[in-house]
Amino acid sequence: MAIRVEIPGPLREQAGGNTEVAVTGATVGAALADLVRQHPALEPKLFQNGALRPYINVFVNDEDIRYLDEMDTKVTDGVIVALIPAVAGG
Amino acid sequence: MPRTDFATGMTCRVCGKLYPKSAINFCVDDFGPLEVSYDYDAARPALTRAELARRPWNMWRYRELLPLDGEPTVGRDVGGTPLVRADRLADALGVERLWIKNDAVNFPTLSFKDRVVSVALSKAREFGMRTVGCASTGNLANSVAAQAASAGLETFILVPADLERTKIFGTAVYGAKVIGVTGTYDEVNRVCTQIALKYGWGFVNVNLRPFYAEGSKTMGFEIAEELGWRFPQHVVAPMAGGALIGKIHKAFTELHNIGLVDAPVTTKMYGAQATGCNPIADCVKSGRERHKPVRKPATICKSLAIGDPADGYFAAKLIRQTGGWAEDVSDEEIVDGMLLLAKTEGVFAETAGGTTVAVARKLIEAGRIPRDEEIVLCVTGNGLKTQDAVFDALEPPATIAATLAAFEELAGLKAEPVLV
Repeated sequence: MAIRVEIPGPLREQAGGNTEVAVTGATVGAALADLVRQHPALEPKLFQNGALRPYINVFVNDEDIRYLDEMDTKVTDGVIVALIPAVAGG
Repeated sequence: MPRTDFATGMTCRVCGKLYPKSAINFCVDDFGPLEVSYDYDAARPALTRAELARRPWNMWRYRELLPLDGEPTVGRDVGGTPLVRADRLADALGVERLWIKNDAVNFPTLSFKDRVVSVALSKAREFGMRTVGCASTGNLANSVAAQAASAGLETFILVPADLERTKIFGTAVYGAKVIGVTGTYDEVNRVCTQIALKYGWGFVNVNLRPFYAEGSKTMGFEIAEELGWRFPQHVVAPMAGGALIGKIHKAFTELHNIGLVDAPVTTKMYGAQATGCNPIADCVKSGRERHKPVRKPATICKSLAIGDPADGYFAAKLIRQTGGWAEDVSDEEIVDGMLLLAKTEGVFAETAGGTTVAVARKLIEAGRIPRDEEIVLCVTGNGLKTQDAVFDALEPPATIAATLAAFEELAGLKAEPVLV
């Protein structure tokens, strides 16, 4: 078991065509660091000057990490981390 | 047939990258929102006051500034709502010149959402989509369901499961598949984004959002035209996702750009929210650059209960740039606002309208909006959809026996002796 990161369609090309990538790490920040280590082309898409871009939301088992501990949110094997574009609704 | 397609493409509002018109709502480089852009120089000779005078009074009279490639095929009669001079409400608020832009009587489903949906679904058909949907707090659900029914499109509509019954029934009646999601609007919205990304269906406020949002501009075009081709000094608009307030201002800017209004736009924009869900108002008032999302909105104003507004950043920025302000009001003040509007102007607005009236009152009393300048309040939905909100605030009607005497007793009229 590992942490599974769901990759939205528009990012799959940078993730080697995968819909999901298995990563390791104790926090969301560490898990995403492992993700961009495995697929470096994702780094500029997700981050700007080391910070997560403002129009991408990260969910851990369907909860927005801004309501948890942001990038310090703890993750364990089996959780699903979803990357979802934020510009929708209203 | 004269050319009407002046929308040249879409531009990322963050990095400026250009995109062709397609069913995508964000930039693939930075996820920034995409905004439709137009060739104003080419549109200028096509959209003149003389030409407009020949066109029917509905939102499509401004079609050169809407992003369709051809004629609208959905919602051809939407818009053209009245701008009501509101002298009695003005007296109550202590201001001199006040108008209500009354989208509570928009066609076909009694809210401003009819404007955005007609654009989004006409666009969906241009893209050849057969299945459409939305995430909604109610008004959008009603409008997508009705207009998709008229176009014969298959529809999935996702709403928070605890929505007002009227809004759920007012969606199901059109034959749409209504799905109540146990969670907040923002959770509904996230699921819709996942569905749209996976299946490519036309979700009006997800992958069709750049086109959809453009429909809101017609509220601004109409306000300026109804005022005799000029801009009001102050506009108060309700904020949920935060797009409407920006689109009204964009509409004014475009009217100036293409020469329909000579004077530049100096209108100050004011945003209204409920205190139980006030991310944008809080952002403006606290001087934060970006809003802090609200996890669990708690207000009777469900149509504005978006805790993480997609256009929050841009709405707050616009409000600051124009010299306006934002404010939020309690549920009690919202009900008072609904009743004040109904009793002074005969306009029964939904909770969002009560929010707008109550926020306007607060801003006027605080000196943020001057009393001697022109103010337009945007009423975006109909009170018949949110009757529960005012139910307890109204006296139940008296019941009397079917006699004249009973009426006279109730009305406090002195009964005259009957002549025989």
